[in-house]
This record gives sequence, C-alpha cells and structure tokens, in this order.
Amino acid sequence: MALTASEPVSLKATGAVARRQAVSRASRWVLLVATLLGVSVLVFLAYDTVRNGWNVLSWDFLTSYPSRRAAFAGLRSSVLGTAWVMVFTIVIAIPMAVATAVYIEEFAPKNWFTRLVRLNIANLAGVPSIIYGIVGLAVFVRMLGLGPSILAGALTLALMILPMTVIASSEAIRQVPPSIRDGSLALGATQWQTVWFHVLPGAMPGIMTGTILSIARAAGETAALIMIGAFAFIAFDNTSPFDDFTTVPIQIYNWTIRPGDAFRGNASAGIMVLMVAIVGMNLIAVLIRERFRRY
Amino acid sequence: MTRAKPHHLPRGAHLRSPIHGRRTRVVILGFLASAVSLLAAGCGSAFGTGQPGPESIVDPNIAYESARGSVRIDGSSTVFPISEAVAEEFSKVSRVRVNVGFSGTGGGIEKFCRGDIDISNASRPIKPGELERCADHGINDVMEFQVAIDALTVVINPENSWAACMTPDELHEIFRDGGARTWRDIRPEWPADSITVYYPGADSGTFDYFNEAIIHGVDKEADHRSDGTGSEDDNILARGVASDRNAIGYFGIAYFSEAGSTIRAVEVDDGEGCIAPTYENAYSGRYTPLSRPLFIYTREHIITEKPQVLAFIKFYLDNLGVLPADVGYVTMPEADIEEQQHIVEPFLHTITGDDDGSYRPGPWQGEEGRWLRR
Amino acid sequence: MAETLEGQQLSEALRKRRFRHPGEQLIVGLLVACATVSLLTTAAIVVALFGETVAFFRDVSLFEFFFGTKWQALIPPNEQFGIWPLVAGTANVVLWSMIFALPLGLAAAIYLSEYAHPRTRKILKPILEALAGVPTVVYAFFALTFVTEDVLRPVLGDDRVPFFNSLSASLMLAVMILPTIASVSEDAMANVPRELREGAYGLGATRLEVAFRVVVPAALSGIIAAVLLGISRVVGETMIVAVAAGSTPNLTLDPLATIQTMTGYMLQVGLGDAARGTINYTSLFAVGSTLFVFTFMLNVAAQLIVGRFREAYE
Repeated sequence: MALTASEPVSLKATGAVARRQAVSRASRWVLLVATLLGVSVLVFLAYDTVRNGWNVLSWDFLTSYPSRRAAFAGLRSSVLGTAWVMVFTIVIAIPMAVATAVYIEEFAPKNWFTRLVRLNIANLAGVPSIIYGIVGLAVFVRMLGLGPSILAGALTLALMILPMTVIASSEAIRQVPPSIRDGSLALGATQWQTVWFHVLPGAMPGIMTGTILSIARAAGETAALIMIGAFAFIAFDNTSPFDDFTTVPIQIYNWTIRPGDAFRGNASAGIMVLMVAIVGMNLIAVLIRERFRRY
Repeated sequence: MTRAKPHHLPRGAHLRSPIHGRRTRVVILGFLASAVSLLAAGCGSAFGTGQPGPESIVDPNIAYESARGSVRIDGSSTVFPISEAVAEEFSKVSRVRVNVGFSGTGGGIEKFCRGDIDISNASRPIKPGELERCADHGINDVMEFQVAIDALTVVINPENSWAACMTPDELHEIFRDGGARTWRDIRPEWPADSITVYYPGADSGTFDYFNEAIIHGVDKEADHRSDGTGSEDDNILARGVASDRNAIGYFGIAYFSEAGSTIRAVEVDDGEGCIAPTYENAYSGRYTPLSRPLFIYTREHIITEKPQVLAFIKFYLDNLGVLPADVGYVTMPEADIEEQQHIVEPFLHTITGDDDGSYRPGPWQGEEGRWLRR
Repeated sequence: MAETLEGQQLSEALRKRRFRHPGEQLIVGLLVACATVSLLTTAAIVVALFGETVAFFRDVSLFEFFFGTKWQALIPPNEQFGIWPLVAGTANVVLWSMIFALPLGLAAAIYLSEYAHPRTRKILKPILEALAGVPTVVYAFFALTFVTEDVLRPVLGDDRVPFFNSLSASLMLAVMILPTIASVSEDAMANVPRELREGAYGLGATRLEVAFRVVVPAALSGIIAAVLLGISRVVGETMIVAVAAGSTPNLTLDPLATIQTMTGYMLQVGLGDAARGTINYTSLFAVGSTLFVFTFMLNVAAQLIVGRFREAYE
C-alpha cells in the first residue's frame, strides 16, 4: 500500500475508541472522589470533635477527677490508669512477642510444630478483642483472683497484642537479607551471636514500628477492659498494679452514653487527647520505619 | 501479606537519610504545634467554671485526711449517683481510694456476699434468700443504712400528650407480660399507635421494686413483660424514651432529673388524684406506690476492721441531708437521718481516738497505723 | 587433608557450632517457652470458652439455641435463648457496612494503585494507614451523637429512624473498615506484575479497562481476602454496635431497626455483674463461642485464599 502525503492523517481517536477514552478519563475523577469521600468524613468528624471539645480542653481538665458535674469532670484517673496499664502491657507483651518472632524465624526447625505455631498466631491475630476480654475475665480476674486490677488488664491486653506484634516482628526479621546471616556464620559466630549482633539490630526499625502500632492499638482498646471490670468511678491516683482502674477510652465511653448534651464537650475533649496520643504514636512508628530502614 | 521489596538500594544509601529531610521536619513541627496549641487552649477553656454544688458537711472530729486504704462500692445504678457524689466529695477531704461500680443491685449484693466489695448499693431491701447466701459465706453481720428516698419515675416522650396521668392498674396493663400493645388498649380515646416499652433488667433493684409494686402488686400471678427494650443501663433507657414518641420506661428520679427536658414524667393516680414524682410529693409520702427507700449495706466486721470504710460511711451519713438531693433524689426526714447516724455511733471512737470502753472492737488489722485525733 | 569427624565427635562439634556457651542454649530455651505462650493462649481461649459453653448447654437445649428465634435473657422467668436474633443483628451490620465500605474501599484501592501519581500515593497511603488506627470508641461517639441526629433523622424523618438503629452503626463501621479494605486490596493490586498491565496498554486498553479487566481479576483473590478480613473485623467489633445499634435482639436485616449483635450482648452482660454459675454468665460464653467460630472460619478462609494467591505468582 503506498503512503500518500496528500491528506494529513489525524491521530485523534474517533468513535468507539474516543468513547472508551472519555469514560476512562471520567473514571479518574469518580474514583478520586470516592477515595476522598472516606477521608473527608474523617476530616469532618475531626472538625466536629475539635469544635465541641475546644472549650473543655485544658490543663485542669487533664488533672481533675471525673465528677457528676460535666464542668468539673476530667481525665485524671483515666490518664493515669491508661499509663499504668500500658507500661505493664509493654513490659509483658513486647519481649515475649519479639522472642517468639526470633524463635520462629531463626531457630525453629522446619517441622509441623513450627507450622502449627505460625498458623496459630495468624489465627489469634483475627480473634475479636472482646473474646480476649472474656478470657481475661475467666482466667486472670476470676481464676487467678487478680480482680479488676491493672495487672489483670495488662495481661489481657498483652494477650491481645501478642499475635500482631509477633507477625510484625517476623516480617521485619525476614527482611534482613540472608547474606548478613551467612557472613556472620562464615566468620565463626554461633547462631545466637548472629541473631543478637546482626539480625536483631537490622530488624529493629521494623520491630519498633510494629511494636508501637500494637501499643497504639492497646491504648485505644475499650471492650476487652470493660469485660474484665474496669468501669467503675475512680477518683484516686493509681499507685499499685493491684488497684482498680479506668482508662481514657472507657471514660470517653462513660461520657458518651450519658443522656443529654452535658458531657458531649468532655467526651470530645477526651477524644482529642486520645487521638493526639494515638496519632502521635503512629507518626513516630512511621518515622522510625522511614528514617532507620536499612533493608 | 508481604510484598517483595527490592533489595538493591543505590550505593551509599546507608549514608544518606532516606526521607526528605525538610518535609519531615515540617510535618513533625506541625504536629507538635497543634499538640501544644491544644494544651494552650486551656487559656480559653470553660472547664472548671459553673456551679460547684453545695458544700459537703465535714465532721471536724474525724481525722479524714490521715485515712488510708481503699473502699470498694458496687451495686445499684439507681443509688450510684449518690455514692458517686459522696465518693467525689469524700476524695476532696481524704486520700482514701474509693471506687464505685454499678453492676446492679443483685450483682452488687452477690459481690458483697462473696467479700469482693465493702459497701453494696441497693435500690430495694436485701432479700432473705440473699441474707442466707451471705450467711453461707460466713457473713452474718450485715448492716443496713437507708440513704434516700426515690420517687421511681415512669417517663414518656415530651410529645406524648395523652398519657400524662395514669393509674397503677393502667401501668400494670402496659408493663405486664401479654399486656397492652397500643395506647388505645388502655383508654379508647388514646391513639392507636403501638407502645414501645423500655425497662431495666433482672439485676436491677429498680426492676425488682417495679415488678413488686406494679406487676405483682396488682396481680400476683402476672409477670413483667419481656418483648420491649431492656437494658441495665438507665442512660440507654432515658435516651430511648427521649427519642420515640410512643415510648415509655421507668427508672430512679435522679436519671429523670439528669435527662432534663428530653423526657416527661407520668403522674400516678393511686386514688388521690394525679400525683407527680416531685420532691415534695415523695417526701410527704403522697407519691404512691412508687416511692421507695434506697439503701447501702455493709458489715460490722468491715467497719471495725477497715477504719477508712467507717470514715466513708460516717461522711455519707453526715451528708444525707445534702448530697442525695443534689443528685436529684429525695432527702429523708430529719428524724430518719438521725436514726441512721445513730447506728454508727458506737463505732466512731476507732476513728476519733475517743475510747470510752463501751465497745470492744476485734483485733485491729489496719493498713497504715493508728490514726491520731486532730 | 581435612580431618573428618565421626559419631560422638561429630555431634559434639555440631553442637559447639550452634551453641558456644551453655548460656546460649538457655536463651534458646527461653525463646521456645515464649513461642509456646501463643499456643497456651489458644488453649486458654478454647478452654475458657467451651468449658462454660458446655455448662450453658446443661441448662439450655441445643435445639433451642440453634433453632430458636427469640433471645430474651434479661427478664425472668421466661428467658429464651435462640441465637438467631443475635446472629441476624451481626449479619445486619455486616451487610449494611459492606454495602458502603466495599465500593468505596475498592475505588480507593484502584485509584491509589492505577491512577494516582506516585507522590500522591506517598501522601494518601500513610494517611489511609493512619486512619486504620482510630479507636473504635471514637466512632461509637459519633454514631450516637452525630449520625442519627444530624444525618439520618433529617434525611429520613424522625418517625422512621429510632434512636438506636443499625444504619448509624453500619455507616460508622464502614468508615472504620474502609482503610483496611483499601490498604489490603491495594497491596494485592501492587503485586500484580507490571507486564500484565503493560501488555494491556500495549494493545490499546484505557486505564479504566486495564484496572477493571486486567488488574482486578489478577488481584481478585487478594481482594477477596481483604473483604473477608474486613467482614471479620466488623463481626468482632463491639463498641460501635453496643453504643449505637441498640440492645434489643431482633431477627431482621432492616437497617432502621433497633437490634443487638453478638458482641453487643456480650458487652451488656460484661457491664452488669453476672455471678459465676448463673445462666447469664454461661450465656456470655455460649455467644462468645459462636462469635469465635464465625471469625475463625472467616480468617481461615482469608488465609487459604491468600495462600493460593501467593502460589500463583511465585
């Protein structure tokens, strides 16, 4: 077929092709709107919270005990309760989770037992938090006789975040290239020395990220702690792990369900405090992941 | 789900910070700025302003500020607001750790009989069967204190203009098992809309009392209805009634006061005309049959072994004329209050330091040494 | 000439290579102990749940539990323990939350994976992941104070919308689960090899067609796993439904009905004090066992699908 230069050939699409392209171009905006829809709902909720809670938030609010009068009801006992529970949860859960991950990834022989442990952890990660709550009630509160104490709460939360922390740590350890291990072993180190001096430091950013995300999850947990009995009116500072306690999410729940609008400002201010803490933790986790990632 | 990450980073990558330095700094600064400004919001905050409430009565002979230890309280959600108020005021004068739960009257008495708590809130008297169960656990020195009068309030929605006054028989018809389905079933001139019924659960003393007074009180064989919305949480009942034109429910008068104008009280006609659940009507005894006493229970053993519990109860009793009314309940007559206060008088010397020998306490097992008289 | 080791000497040398100091063996022993804690946890869950569930079925017949259509556990003496109203309540919120979350979540995933500029993606994806960390009590607060009063009632009318309804909880659940569905689906789509897309583009397909006819089918098992994960989380969610959906067991899928989910009932029992040995206490565990079985099946299904998906591309 001869090419003639008599007529300029237009490359513009026509007919069916043009239609398809137009639809595709339109779809970009449809999908963008859909994506932003969820985000904008949350932005609006954040705005509404700040609007309601701005007037209530203050240093006095953070240092006052709950009260029957909304103007005087503060977060003091719940902030302390949260702090106490989180410290114990971290101490109990994190070393155990990292140790489990190290064992599974580095030391465990590739047999049925290891497969079972892995599968088991994957399943535990999907168990609802309220189930951990009733297990905590049956085992820690009733059977071990700890009562609705900080320790019982910490043990319950530790069980809850153990699987997700193990999974995150396992992933981080897996990211360390095999060459690191091989090099260390080739130079005569034992397996443990390899793990301790090379693998763990390499995986540490990922482990810390996963840990902080798990802690943020535990800090926001309500249902499990309500199930073990942490719902009373608390008007004192916690000084022992055997104390009764309440936490910030539970206090927010308490104010949410009171009738009328009296406590709306308090609940909103409490949400602001909780969100600052949790978003802060998430931000730190992401920053650590980005800043220190080696592999 | 792992994604395969590329392991080939450019040479020297480990020497360079992988994040865009300036953007990160901006984000962090922005976050810190907003966090700080939240606290700075305290400057313009309205928190802490408003009516602080009545002054509580503090007996100068009791060394409240040297009291130590803990007091555990649980039980009725009806009595909870009073105990909460007492705990709140008490913690201003004392460092004793008080906590108050609201598992329900039945639940509270169970815990009390197991020895899990020191004081049990109850919106009905303890039953003989419960006293027996306490005795089974070795507890046979239960002490009862009446703390207030409740005008158990039946509530309807503000838009309900027809059912503002009802007889106990009509209430019985609404709340009994197999009872009225629509308002018209009660009185033919009322609308034919179906009634939405709200009620507390079996753990609640309020339920027990209403069951006795209105259900069994009219017909011994009847049962309480169970096809409406039940909840142990009085707040949920209040919200439910406030939001539904055809709703009806009941709870202690304190929850009615707290709910304000979102719900309306039903006046009860027990033969003397329509009597509203007001302070005066309950105090004078005209609001029948739904006036009831509210109680707290403890043990003689506990108040002798734990001075801080005794101090708390003393504080509670001293303020029976002030705090129950502050939260919306009805104060008992002066004479009845004094009668309650007399109950603890023989024990008071353990916390004032006076020993007139009229009472011999058991072996003292306190937590932080003897108190001193101020 | 290298010395070869036999028998006793061989195993001795191998052991020395693994553990130079006896302390190291101890450390590894500790690690094993930690790993077994996870197995003990599952054992504790199973024993705690099923032990009390067995006690429950001494008082309530299996027939009533599995075939009864009324659940009334509050008012004696006529308690009934048919599980279906609670299961229906859970199904109700799952249905209505997925109706909103699925299209929006997938749209977000497709946009991020196929359309977004890498820099946009770098901003939006962390935001999406951060949103997944919002505590559920926050959503509960909004469902109760905002959604019903300021959204549903003005739109649908005061009479049609009871204060406690499934729709307000479902809408908040959808917002809660959207980041998870979007994030996991987007991961699945990112794993689809570039060559598949490039082949399609090379044949003249538009971006939309590549997204829906090439990438989504290729990532389908990952997307399905994401959906199952989302459903599992909604099934297990407690605070939002307990606060906003109500505490009236109701056998219906009507979004404007007041209902009670399995988790809502469990929280209700937990808030009161159910004494050990009473049927109230054991019913808590019976419902808990049912919940556990449901989420377990969903998670196993998700894992199986992910497993199959992994094989296809490795």
